[in-house]
Amino acid sequence: MSEPTVRLDVLKTYKLYVGGKFPRSESGRVYEVVDTQGQWLANAPLGTRKDARDAVLAARAAVKGWSGTTAYNRGQVLYRVAEMLQGRREQFAAEVAVSEGVGAKKAAALVDAAIDRWVWYAGWTDKVAQVAGGANPVAGPFFNLSTPEPTGVVGVLAPQAGYGFSLLGLVSVIAPAIATGNTVVVAAAERAPLPALSLGEVLATSDVPGGVVNLLSGRTADIAPTLASHQDVNALDLAGAIDPEGPGAAAALEAAAADTLKRVVRPAADPSAQDWTAAPGTGRLLSFLETKTVWHPMGI
Amino acid sequence: MAKNKKTETPTGPVERSGLFEYAPAPESPAAAGEIATGYGHFIGGEFVDSSGSEALKTVNPATEQVLAEFAQGTEEDVDRAVGAARKAFADWSALPGSERAKYLFRIARIIQERSRELAVLESIDNGKPIRETRDVDLPLVAAHFFYYAGWADKLDYAGFGPNPRPLGVAAQVIPWNFPLLMLAWKIAPALATGNTVVLKPAETTPLTALRFAEICRQAGLPKGVVNIVTGDGRTGAALTSHPDVNKVAFTGSTPVGRAIAKQLAGTRKKLSLELGGKAANIVFDDAPLDQAVEGIVDGIFFNQGHVCCAGSRLLVQESVQDELLDALKRRMGTLRVGDPLDKNTDIGAINSAEQLARITELAAAGEREGAERWAPECELPGAGYWFRPTLFTGVSQAHRIAREEVFGPVLSVLTFRTPAEAVEKANNTPYGLSAGIWTEKGSRILWMASRLRAGVVWANTFNKFDPTSPFGGYKESGYGREGGRHGLEPYLNVEALDV
Repeated sequence: MSEPTVRLDVLKTYKLYVGGKFPRSESGRVYEVVDTQGQWLANAPLGTRKDARDAVLAARAAVKGWSGTTAYNRGQVLYRVAEMLQGRREQFAAEVAVSEGVGAKKAAALVDAAIDRWVWYAGWTDKVAQVAGGANPVAGPFFNLSTPEPTGVVGVLAPQAGYGFSLLGLVSVIAPAIATGNTVVVAAAERAPLPALSLGEVLATSDVPGGVVNLLSGRTADIAPTLASHQDVNALDLAGAIDPEGPGAAAALEAAAADTLKRVVRPAADPSAQDWTAAPGTGRLLSFLETKTVWHPMGI
Repeated sequence: MAKNKKTETPTGPVERSGLFEYAPAPESPAAAGEIATGYGHFIGGEFVDSSGSEALKTVNPATEQVLAEFAQGTEEDVDRAVGAARKAFADWSALPGSERAKYLFRIARIIQERSRELAVLESIDNGKPIRETRDVDLPLVAAHFFYYAGWADKLDYAGFGPNPRPLGVAAQVIPWNFPLLMLAWKIAPALATGNTVVLKPAETTPLTALRFAEICRQAGLPKGVVNIVTGDGRTGAALTSHPDVNKVAFTGSTPVGRAIAKQLAGTRKKLSLELGGKAANIVFDDAPLDQAVEGIVDGIFFNQGHVCCAGSRLLVQESVQDELLDALKRRMGTLRVGDPLDKNTDIGAINSAEQLARITELAAAGEREGAERWAPECELPGAGYWFRPTLFTGVSQAHRIAREEVFGPVLSVLTFRTPAEAVEKANNTPYGLSAGIWTEKGSRILWMASRLRAGVVWANTFNKFDPTSPFGGYKESGYGREGGRHGLEPYLNVEALDV
C-alpha cells in the first residue's frame, strides 16, 4: 500500500526466568552482550548472588510437584517444549548465529538438533527406571527392587564453548536433569546468554511448572560459587566451568561442592573442543539420580 | 444412528427404590464423525478396493443396525498389502531412530486430539460403554504410542545388545474386545523397532482401525509402513501364512493361537501370542472387603467381561465367603446395563450375536452341571445383544464355567481355606495370563505372587494397564510380552546376536 518506509524494530528487553516469572536482576544492573565480531546485541540482566539464591528457593519449591508428576506426564511436557521450540525456530536460529558466529544454515541445523534433543529426553522420562533400576535376586525370601529417584535441585553451569553450546549445549544439560524429576538453576553462558534467556519464554509456554527451570544471566564467577556452596543445592553440572583459575574454576567449584557432598558432573577435558551435536548418551541422565532399594519379606 | 434412548435406558434397582433417578447422559453419536457406507483396505498409504467382491457388515451391537460394509480381504489383497509393507521396509528401517520416533510422537498427539471422536466410534462399533472408551481405551492408546515413540532412538539401551535390528514385515491380527488398544499394542512397538506392518482388525470391529489409517496419513507416515486389511479369519490365515512375512503377532483365542503356531512351525517367522485366560481373583479373610468387591466387579464386569485377563474365577477364603458375596451382590445390583453411549452405563452390549450365544451356552452349562446361578434384576434393552452380570456359586474345579473362558460378564465363585490351597486352585488351569490377590499382608502378597503361574499379578487392584508394564501370559495364554521394555523383544531380531 504505502511506499516502504524505514520501520523501527521493537527490541526485546531480556530478563531472567525465575519461578516461572521474568524478573529483572535484583541488582538493577545489566551488561552488554556482543556478537562474535564485538557488535552490541542486547543488554542482559546482571544476575547476582542474591538472584542465584532466589532461584534456588524457586527450584526447591518446585521439586515436590515436579518429581511427583508421573513419568508419562513429564515426557509429554518435555515433548511440548520441543513443539514450542519448533514454532520459534527462526528466532532461535538468529540468536544462535550471532551468539556463536555460525552461518544461518548451520545455526538452523543447531536449533533443529536442540528440538530433537528435547524429544530424545522426552522419551527417556518413562524408560530410565527400566534401564537404571530393576529387581535384585537376593539370596533369601525377599522381594527386592531398586528404582531411581531424582536427587533434587541441580545447579547447572551452561556450556560456554564448543560447537552448538549456546542453545543445543544448553538444552543438553537442562533436559536430562529435569527429565528425571529434578529442578535446575542455570547460569547461562556469560558471553552468549540470549538463547538461554529466550528459552525461558519457550519453557513458560510449555506446561513446565514455574521453578522447574530457572535461568540466570550474569558473571559466572558470581553465580557459580553461590550454587556450588549453597546448602539447598543437591548436585552440580560444571559443563560451563571453563575458567582455568579463580572462583569460577571447575576444581574450586568442585571443592566448594564437597562441603555439602553434592553430586558433581565435571566439565569436558577440553570444553572448547566439545561438539554438542554428538549423540548425548545417558551419562547426564543418570548423573542426577539416587537409587532407592526396597526390601519386603515374602511369606504366608 | 438415531436411537430410542428411552427404551435403551435400563431400570436399575436403586432407581426403582425411588431414592435416586438416573437421568440419561448420552454422548452424541455424531461425535464419531462420518461413517462411510462402505470401506476397502488401506494399502500403501491409500484407501483401495478389494480385489474380491465379498463384503462383510459391521453392526452396532447395541441396536443391531448395520454401521457399514467393509471388504473381505482376499489372498490377493493380503499379498498386495504385504508387498507394500515389504517395499516400505527398506527406507523405514534405515531411517534414524530419532526420525521414526517423531512419526510415532505425531501419531500419539493426533490420537490425543481426536480421542473423543475415536472413543465414540469405538463404543458404537464395539458396544463398550463410552465411559470406558473415553477414560481407559483412548488414553492408553495415546500413551502406548507416546511410550514406544521414545524407544525408537533408544534401542541400544534396551538390553538386547548394540544396534538391535528389526525383523521385517509384521503380520498382526487383533481381536474385537479392545480394537484400537490392541492395534496400538501391536503397531507402536513394531514401528518403533523399524518393522513395517500389515494389520487385520477383527471382523466385528474394523471401524477404528480404518480411522487410524487416516491418522497415519495426517502424521505423514511414509506409505506402506502401516497397512490395514479387513476381513474374517480367512483373511487372517492368508496374512499369517504369507511367505514374505517375518513376524506374526496374534491376540485372540487359544485355539486360533495354537493353529497359527502349527502353521508357522518350520518357518523362520517369529511369533508372539496373547491368548485366553481364566484368571483367579483370590480374596483372603483379612482383605479390605469393600475394596475387594470393587476389584472383583472391575475384574469381571469391565468391558462386559470381554477381557482375556478378566478375573473370572473368584477364589474366596471360606471364612469370609458369606460376607463377601452379600456385598458383591449388593454392588452388582447397582450396575447399569444399557446404552453404551450413556455416560452412566457400566456394562454395555455384548459384541456380537455369536459371542452372546457362547456366553448363554456356557452359563446354561453352569446351571446344568449344578452350580447356582444368580443375577440382579435389571431390564435389558429390546434390540441389541445383552447379558446380565451373572454370578455362579457352588462351582467346582471340574465345571466348565471354572475351566473354559466365557469371555462375558459371568463370575464363578470357588472357595479355599489356606494360601497353599488357593495357589493350587488358582494354578489349576491350562491358562496363565493374570491373577489377583486381596490381602492386607504384604509378605503374603509376595509369597502368593511368586507361586502363581501367571504373567501379570495384581495385588489389591485388578485390570490395571500401563504402556510401561509388560503384559502377557504363561502356559496356554501365549508367549511374548506387550508393553514395557520387554515389549520390544518380539519385534527385534535378537537371534542374530547369538550367532
